[in-house]
This record gives sequence, structure tokens and C-alpha cells, in this order.
Amino acid sequence: MTEVLALLILLSVVGAIVAVVTPNLLYSVISVGVVGFLLAIAFLLLSAPDIAVVQIGVESICLVLLLRATLGREVDGGAQRPLVGVAFAVALVAGIGLFGLQVFYEFPEFGIPAMERFQDAAAATYLATGAETTGAPNIVTAVLLDFRGWDTLGEGTVLFCAVLGATAIMRRRARRKDDAS
Amino acid sequence: MLPESYPGMGTFLKTVIRWMKGPILLFGIYIILYGHVAPGGGFGGGVVIASAFVLMTLAYGEPYTLEFFSRDQALTLACLGLLIFVGLAWAGTWAGSGVFFDNLTAGAGGHRDHLFLTALEIGSGLFVSGALFMGFSVLMGHHEEDEE
Repeated sequence: MTEVLALLILLSVVGAIVAVVTPNLLYSVISVGVVGFLLAIAFLLLSAPDIAVVQIGVESICLVLLLRATLGREVDGGAQRPLVGVAFAVALVAGIGLFGLQVFYEFPEFGIPAMERFQDAAAATYLATGAETTGAPNIVTAVLLDFRGWDTLGEGTVLFCAVLGATAIMRRRARRKDDAS
Repeated sequence: MLPESYPGMGTFLKTVIRWMKGPILLFGIYIILYGHVAPGGGFGGGVVIASAFVLMTLAYGEPYTLEFFSRDQALTLACLGLLIFVGLAWAGTWAGSGVFFDNLTAGAGGHRDHLFLTALEIGSGLFVSGALFMGFSVLMGHHEEDEE
């Protein structure tokens, strides 16, 4: 189980690297899609089918959009970057990576939920009382729509603003009052 | 981006998709309505419904799909879903104990227990399907105003 998961993650890392390195834009888009679908399988293995369903759906739509946007479009390698910029980027990534490594020492063992370390964690309360207090047979729904309803509302608002922004930007001409005549 | 006179894909694909679009829409509705029991819910189901229309756009071209499900309808659906969601959240403040997102039907007994959550799922499902298709359609770059 853990080995399969490790293999999936390794493959998706390889896919991500290929997506960055390959000079062909189409290969790059396909590699990004591979990463997304591998992640969906990983979510399924980790018993999170809810996230897997959304991941597959969003990934398919994103892949189609990206393919449509990139098909038949030539992109050259770009101009040579200045050495200072590259050095700065590498230093930045290395620094953030070092901080990130520290986080891993604080993690609980793989597969042990955080609420076992903190007895009064909110998640423990959700699991213990979720079914009675919300009436939802599915604990994920209870958390998403009841305990964390604000969060879902925020997600919806973000999506709505994104779509409104896209609509406003992609409009060919602005609507004016004197335009109607 | 799709060219203005996109003829659509081959006959095979068009035929298969004509059969498939109903089941895909039905599957999306099923995921939304059963979200409180099985994995799924408003977001997943909304994405499935939107993907059915994306499939239609790719197979038949945009004018055909927009006749079926126009951008105005998509935006209306999105607004309606968000209004249902926010309205239900406010309903707890007015009718319940004064708490935002108060679960009104919890403890009602039997199947009425999760009516509130199902209504929230329907709201978010309508909203996500409308908003996603709207975003897709707008980003594909056709201009509805030009065709008038």
C-alpha cells in the first residue's frame, strides 16, 4: 500500500519534471495531465473518493482547455536568462526547501491522524458527534457543509469572482450607454 | 481556441456523444443528490455536469451547445445556486438560533435529518456547474454578441 503510494508520487514527480523540461508545449500539457490523474489515483488509495471525483473532473476540463489553448502554437525556448537571476532563483528554492525539511521532522508518522496526538483536536469532535448533530450519514459532507460551511462559501465566492473576472476581461468591447443606439 | 466555423468532430463521436450526454448529466445530478450518503456532493457533481457541456462543445462546436445551454442561462444558474447557498446560510440566522450556517433540520428525525445539507448540496451543484461552464465558454473565446 505504502509502496504503491510512493510509486505514484514518484511517477507524478517525474511527470512534473518532464512538464518543465520538455521543449514541446503539447508534451508539457500532457505531462501535467498525467500528474493530475496520478494524484486522483493516490487520493482513491488514501480512501478519499470525494477528492478523487473532483480531481478527475477538474483535471479533465483543465486538460481540454490547456490542449485547446496550446495546440498548433509554437513556443521557442525563450531568451537566455541572466546568470544572476538563475543563481537567485536556485538560492531561493534551496532556502525554502531547507525550511520545508524542518517541517517534516514535526510530522506525525504516516497514516496516523493528527487528532491522535491532540486529544481535544477539532477533528475528533467532528468524528464523534458529526452524525448526530448534522444528520449527515457521510462525515465528509458533515464537515464540508456544516462544520466548515464558511469555507465552502468562501470557495464558491472565489470561483464566482474568477468567472466574473474572466467574463469581464474576455469581452470584446465594453458596454456603454450610447452604444445601444 | 475553436475557429469560428468549427465543424465538430466525426460522425462516430457525434453519435456516441449524443447518446452519452444524457447519462453524464444524470450521473452529475445523482452525485449532487447523493452527496450526503456516498462520496460526491455539490462540487464534484457540478464539475461532472459542466464536463458534459464541455464535451458537447468539443464534439459539435460552440453555437450548438450555446443553443442548448446559453451563457446567460449558465450565469443565471450560477447566481441562483449561490443565492440558494447564501440564503440557506442566512436562514439559520433568521429562523434558527441566530447562528450563521445553523443546521435547521438536524435532529428532525428520519430522512428529514439531512434535508438542509441536501439543499446546500443542490445550491452548490447548480452554482459550480453554471460557473464552470461559463468560465470554459468564455475562455474558449467565442463572442455571443457577434452572432446576433
